[in-house]
Formats: sequence, C-alpha cells, structure tokens
Amino acid sequence: MKTTPRFARPHPAAAAGTFAALLAPATALADYTWNFPPPVTPIARDTLKIHNEFMIIIGVLFTVVFAIMIYSMIKHRKSVGHPPAKFSGPTGTVQWIWALVPFAILLFIDFVLMGIPAYHAVVEMEDTKTKADMVLKVTGMQWKWQYEYPESGVKFVSTMSTPRAQIANEEAKGEHYLLEVDHEVVLPVGRKVRILLTATDVIHTWWVPQFGVKRDAVPGFLRETWVKIEEPGVYRGQCAELCGKDHGFMPVVVRAVPEPEYAAWVERKKNEQAAAAAGTDRTWSKDELIAKGKDVYEAQCAACHQSDGKGMPPAFPALAGSKVVLGPLLSPAGKLLRDSHVDRVLNGKEGTAMQAFKGTLSDVELAAVITYERNALGNALGDLIQPAQIKALRQEAP
Amino acid sequence: MSQTTTAPHAAGHEGGVHADHPSGLLRWLTTTNHKDIGTLYLLFALLMFFVGGAMILAVRAELFQPGLQLMQPEFFNQLIGVHALIMIFAALMPAATGFANWQIPLMIGAPDMALPRINNLGFWLLPPAAILLTLPFVLALFGIGDGAVATGWTLYAPLSVQGGLGVDFAILALHILGISSILGSINVIVTIFNLRAPGMTMMKLPIFCWGWLITAFLLIATIPVLAGAITMLLTDRHFGTHFFNAAGGGDPILFQHLFWFFGHPEVYILLLPLWGLMPHVLATFSRKPIYGYKAQVYAFVAIGILSVIVWAHHFFTAGLPVPALLYFMYSTMAISLPLAVLFFCWIATMWKGAMSFETPMLFAQGFIVLFGIAGLTGLVLADVAADAQYHHSYFVVAHFHYALFAGGIMGVMTGVYYWLPKWTGYLIDEKLGRLHFWLTIISFNLTFMPQFFVGLAGMPRRIPDYALQFAEFNAISTVGAMILGLSQLLFAWNVWKCMRGAEYGLPKAEDRAWEGADGLEWALPSPPPHHSWETPPALK
Repeated sequence: MKTTPRFARPHPAAAAGTFAALLAPATALADYTWNFPPPVTPIARDTLKIHNEFMIIIGVLFTVVFAIMIYSMIKHRKSVGHPPAKFSGPTGTVQWIWALVPFAILLFIDFVLMGIPAYHAVVEMEDTKTKADMVLKVTGMQWKWQYEYPESGVKFVSTMSTPRAQIANEEAKGEHYLLEVDHEVVLPVGRKVRILLTATDVIHTWWVPQFGVKRDAVPGFLRETWVKIEEPGVYRGQCAELCGKDHGFMPVVVRAVPEPEYAAWVERKKNEQAAAAAGTDRTWSKDELIAKGKDVYEAQCAACHQSDGKGMPPAFPALAGSKVVLGPLLSPAGKLLRDSHVDRVLNGKEGTAMQAFKGTLSDVELAAVITYERNALGNALGDLIQPAQIKALRQEAP
Repeated sequence: MSQTTTAPHAAGHEGGVHADHPSGLLRWLTTTNHKDIGTLYLLFALLMFFVGGAMILAVRAELFQPGLQLMQPEFFNQLIGVHALIMIFAALMPAATGFANWQIPLMIGAPDMALPRINNLGFWLLPPAAILLTLPFVLALFGIGDGAVATGWTLYAPLSVQGGLGVDFAILALHILGISSILGSINVIVTIFNLRAPGMTMMKLPIFCWGWLITAFLLIATIPVLAGAITMLLTDRHFGTHFFNAAGGGDPILFQHLFWFFGHPEVYILLLPLWGLMPHVLATFSRKPIYGYKAQVYAFVAIGILSVIVWAHHFFTAGLPVPALLYFMYSTMAISLPLAVLFFCWIATMWKGAMSFETPMLFAQGFIVLFGIAGLTGLVLADVAADAQYHHSYFVVAHFHYALFAGGIMGVMTGVYYWLPKWTGYLIDEKLGRLHFWLTIISFNLTFMPQFFVGLAGMPRRIPDYALQFAEFNAISTVGAMILGLSQLLFAWNVWKCMRGAEYGLPKAEDRAWEGADGLEWALPSPPPHHSWETPPALK
C-alpha cells in the first residue's frame, strides 16, 4: 500500500472539478450554446444576469465545499497512516465558530445575495398592468396557438409548418426544423405588450427563451405576462407543458418589427380578414370547397385523423367510413343535429382531444373542411355545406 | 422475563434457521419474517429498476438524433411517464422499505418488525400494482385501449381527464402502492416506538432509523392527499364531476396543488432513509464516530416540516400571485439550511478520520458530490424569475436526476454494498464493485451534465423530437445513458455473486463485516439468525 502513489486512485470528486470547469466558461465566455440564448427583453436580461450570478455563487460553494472534502480524502486516509480522531461534534468555542460560520454565510447567500435580486426580478416579471401599450391574447389548443389582437380585431391560428416528411426522416431537415410556423405573431419593437393566456382543452405553456418569459395557458382561466422586445428579429420557442401527442410540435414564432412595419402588417391582416368574411356570403361550388377544404384539413385535422383519413384508433378515430361523417348533414329543417358531423366539427367532443373548431376557423374554412371530409378520404356522400349555412348555424344554441 | 421467552427457541438458533416455515414459493408468499420480506422488497426493486431503465433507454435511443426514428409520440409519452412512476414507486420506495425491513430490527435490537402480517401484505400489494401500471402496454398490443398513461408521472388534469384507459390503470396502481406505503410506514413507526432495546432512548436511535421514521410520518401525511387527488381525477373522468374542469366551476391548477403537496415531500420520502444511511457508511470507513448526530436528527425533522410547505415551487409558471411566489421562493431556499447541516456533518464525519475506499465508501462519496450538484441547482431553481427559464426544461430533468439517480439510486447502492456481507454472510467482490462505481459515475455525468446545457439553451422536457441546435448534447446524453444502463448489469451480477458466495468462493464475512463498523447489527452473526434479537441486547 505504501508504494501506491498518492493520486493513483481517482476520486468521485473528479466530477466536482468537471462541473466547476464547465460552469466557468459558461459565464465568462458567454458562449450561448452553454447558456441562455441572447436576451432581447428587460426580463430576459435580468434573468440571464441573475442566472450568471447564481451559477458563480453555486460554483464557488461547490468548489470550496468539495475542495475541503478532497483535501480530507487525500490527507486523512488509512493508507497514509492517518490516525482516526474521536470527536463527534464541536468542542470548545473555536470549533463552534467553525461550525456556525458556514451557516451564517449560507443565510446571507440565500436571503440577501440571492434573495434580494430575486425579489426585484419577480416583482418586475409580474408587473403586467402598468404602462402596457397593447394586448396580445394567446390561446393554446392541441396542438397550435391562436393569437388575437383585441385592439385591431386581428385573429389567426399559428401551426407548425415543418413538413411531416422531415420529421419522419424522409427529407433533409430545414434550418428551423420544428421551430417554424405558417403564421408568425408580429409584435412592435419597444412597446410593452401585455400577454393574456388561456387554453381551450388542456394546459399549454407559452415559452420564448429569448424573452425570458414562460407562462402556462390554463383552460378556463386567464393568465398574464408581458414582453418588451428591444431588437427586431425572429424569436423562436415552443410549448413547454406536456399537452398530448403533438406537444413537441407546437412552436411559437414571434417576429418583432419596427412600429410602422407593424402598423402596415395589422392593416394587411385586417384586409385579409375582411376579404375572407366576404367569402362567407357568396355561394361556393363543391370543387372550390373541396380544394380549400384539403388545405384546411392538412393544417388542422391531419395530425390526428391522418392525411388519408384512417386516423389512429382508438384515440383518434378514422374519418374514412366513419358513422359520424356518413350520417345526415343537417336536419330536414336545416338545423344542427346533435352528435352529427357538423356538430362534432363545430363544437368538438368533451373529454376527448376533438376540440370545438367554431372558435378557431372561419365560416368558409369550416364549410370547406366539412365538405372535403364528406367527399374525400374514401367518403363520397356528394353533399356540401355552404359558408352561409355555417354562419346561420353559429347563431343557434348547440 | 426475557430468559423464559428465549429458552424454547435456543435450539433453533444453533442451526441458524428455523424449520417451522414452509419451503419453496409458499415460504415467500406467506412469510412474515422481516428478513425474507426485506429480501423480497429489494429483489422486486432491482427487477423494476431494470424495467424502468429499459423504458428510458428506449426513450434515449429515440432522442439520439432529431426526427422520429423508433417510435411515435404517443408511445414516447407513455414511456416517459411510466418510467418515472416505476422508478419512484416500484424501485426507489420498495428498495428503501427493503432496507427498513432488514435493518431496523437488527439495528434497534428487536426480534422482528412489530406487525409482521401487515408487513407481508405491504409487500404483496406491490406486484399487482406494478402489473396494473404496465398492463396497458400489453393490452394495446391486442387492440384494447391506446396504451399506458401518457400524461407524464404528474398526471396533470385536464390532460389526464382526456387520456385513455392507461390513466385509470395508473390511478388504481397508485392507490394500491399508496396503501402499501402506508402499511409499511405504520410498521416502521410502531417498531421504532415499541421494540427498541432497553436503554435505547430516541436520541440513541441509529440515525438510519431516524431518517426512516421521518419518511414514515411524511408518507402517512401526504399519501392520502395524493389518493384524494387521483380519486377526484377518477370521478372527473367517469362520474361527471368537475373538480378540475373550469367549465363546471373547477380549477385545473387545484390538481397541481394537491399533487405537489404529496409530490414535494415525496422527494424527501425517497431521500431521507438514504441520508440516514450515509453517516453510518462514512463513519465506518473513516473509523470515526458520526459527527453531529443531534444536529442531523434535528435537520431531518426540519426538512420533514419544510417539505410540506413548499409545494408550489413545482409550478411557478402556472400563474401564482406575487405574495405566493415570494413565499414559496423563500421557504424553498430555507431548505438549503438543514441540508447544509447534513453536508457539513457528512464531511466532518470524514474529517481527520482514517479513510479507506471500499465500494460502499466510494458510492457514499459519489453520492455526496453529485447530490451536492442537485442541491445547488435546486437552490437556483427556487428563484422564481430564473425558474421561468429553467422550468419545464431539460435543466429540471438534469437537476432531479442528480437528486434521484445520484442521490436516490446511488444511495440505495451504497446501502446494498454496505449491508450485503451482513445479509449474505459473504464479502462482496470489491473489484467488480469498484468497476461498477467508476462506470456509473462517469456515464451518469455523461448522461445528465449535457442536459443542464440543452435545458439552458431552451429545450423543453417531454418532447419526442427536437430542434437541430440541441442535437450534439442529446447524442452525448444518449451514449452516456446506454453505458449507464449496461453498467448496472454489473451491480445485479455482483449482488447475485454475493448471494451465492459459496459457489463463487467469496471470503466469508465476519460478524463485523467492515473493520470500522459500529452498531448492534454488527454484533449479530453474518448472516443473522432467522429471528434477530430474541433476547434484547444490553446497550453500552
């Protein structure tokens, strides 16, 4: 034993060194693959600063504590003939001081060094109401986000645009794989945006790492948070609360633009919505509805019911040959039939992942997708429903 | 009086075993002996450790690269949730109960546990529960239902209200596991309160028993809350109640409050027995008395109390009012103080000792260092503002695996290696043990250290596929996990060898299997007789 060199046997504390070594560059070099992504809001800047300070504090604590342990492991070992001491607690004033000082230091670290900046950060983070310039309402639903601008009435649904073929490894993956959407949220730079969150089905969490903001969207309740984006750019995040099958495919993409550009975008969106609303009142041909319906189906329905309509039973039933789809369209008087195809699409089915689409889709989209489902995917009922009929049905109680 | 009770059994003791129990399978089904039941618990835990481990290796294999390679998201969601439930309820908790059964009577000078039949029932509730938890996987193969619970182990409503029959199976399994835990806890409390050797006051109770005592009280306090929450979930699912449905006047966040009122103490339920174990191991291999016995006992009590008043730090992002955020932040930070007492005492126990580094000591020291990382990252997680970034991310996944693998599983392994010679009568294969230690500690860090960084970079947990910027760290993590998983076969092999010590020619263990070991259990032969202390030992 005597011939064994002192450091011949490595120690678990080697891991300690690694941890400290990995932390140091994380804060010193600000290499963001090792740390938070670059902050673009006051909260994110604060959070990163606090995080970096805390990492240094715990890094120092870790190093000091385990340096003492390693020293002891080297010096106080049987193989170097160290005689075991007999003490089982502090004896005498000096030892009591040695025993109590670490706790005084920890108390200071917890409630002063960490506690005070943490207090200010929390208060700032929760200050959603003062001086808010505008409101953005975010609604989480399986598995997409709906965004609403109450002041201008702009409202749209944002779904992931990464093709399923990329996920199945049949195509090369794009640069923003899984973090790209069909309709980005656009927000003005330098304005305090109060964000209201809710959900229609299960709990979702809206998260954009560069904003330092993460907040649950709880069905039936409003939650709030705020952002003030300081730099123009495109910021990507995703749902952070397990919300079912496609939880991993529910990205958030925010484009921050200067004020005039934002105003122009709002105008454009308003015009698009007005044009779409106008479509409600004209009569559509079946082919038009089916063509439009195919797009809506792929974006809204195919994740569960699949592109071929075969579904994924038992959780997600097939639409091809489905009893519900093949049932009558409306009552002879043109009224909504309970548990019919139209009722399902408009009002959903409680206790399942089938959500009510009347809040998220326009009259045209609803009419198109219903007509598509009845005349494609192996179904050939030959009937159709007009957007104007949907508009009328909306007035009825479900 | 003790003279008269021991006399008739004296003959039985000479053979080391009693002849008055059935043999074969019936012995194990009907046994009320604390050692037999302890062995059952430990072997069950070992088996389920591999079942839960296999599940997560499949998950890590899927996460090796971006894209979906091996499984669909639904199945992925089932694996992660069942992995957690199995590891917590069917591996870590039974392992700790196995320790309690084997060691508490030996350590306090009792002949057996106080309630032997309840003890038997407590164990035999576990296999049906484990079957209920995993059966939906099998049923799905036959086209019944859509697989196991896919909500993660937290069963958050309304996702769990929406889920398939796997949720019902999980609810029933949790009920059964909860009953088993409560029975085990009652037994521990009654045994410790009533069967201590004469002269063993509470402040002379071995510290391992203290750790378990606090755990038992926490279980009895919190399991009923979990049982209430999942029963409300069951009635929401099937009987039209609206506890967690806002449309009916309920609140989804209520479920989180109830769940974490159980869930946070659960962390300490898993860890307290192991914190109780550490001082024994450290003192043994430092050849020194335990440092700060009283301080550690008081720290256990403090942690037990604090653990039931900090639950909401598990859902800081759910939108709590500012005063609640501040309260839960500061109360959570306060846990660092009693924990620091434990770390201080552990290191002070080693300080100026005469340390040697046998396998149990290596695991104990590895436990301290890695659990230190869990504690320190826990301290920063308590900060509400920074938590907004860490929460629901891989940073949290890494944090609690440092607590529950490095703290929990490695703590259990410390105990197994430490007590195996006592249980089997043979010394462990040291070389194999050390190889297992080094492979475990290296591959563990390889698996979980990168997860801190992907978490900071913004990767949420519980996703089956991820953006390309997370690819490198995930690949490293998967490689680490595979090595970690395979290394655990060495552990099983080592335990098997020790159980069959004679066949493998292992040296016999003396009564005091480790040179520096102190305590009543080391005064009994290795292995101890079928009934441990028929005559209560006299305390020095």
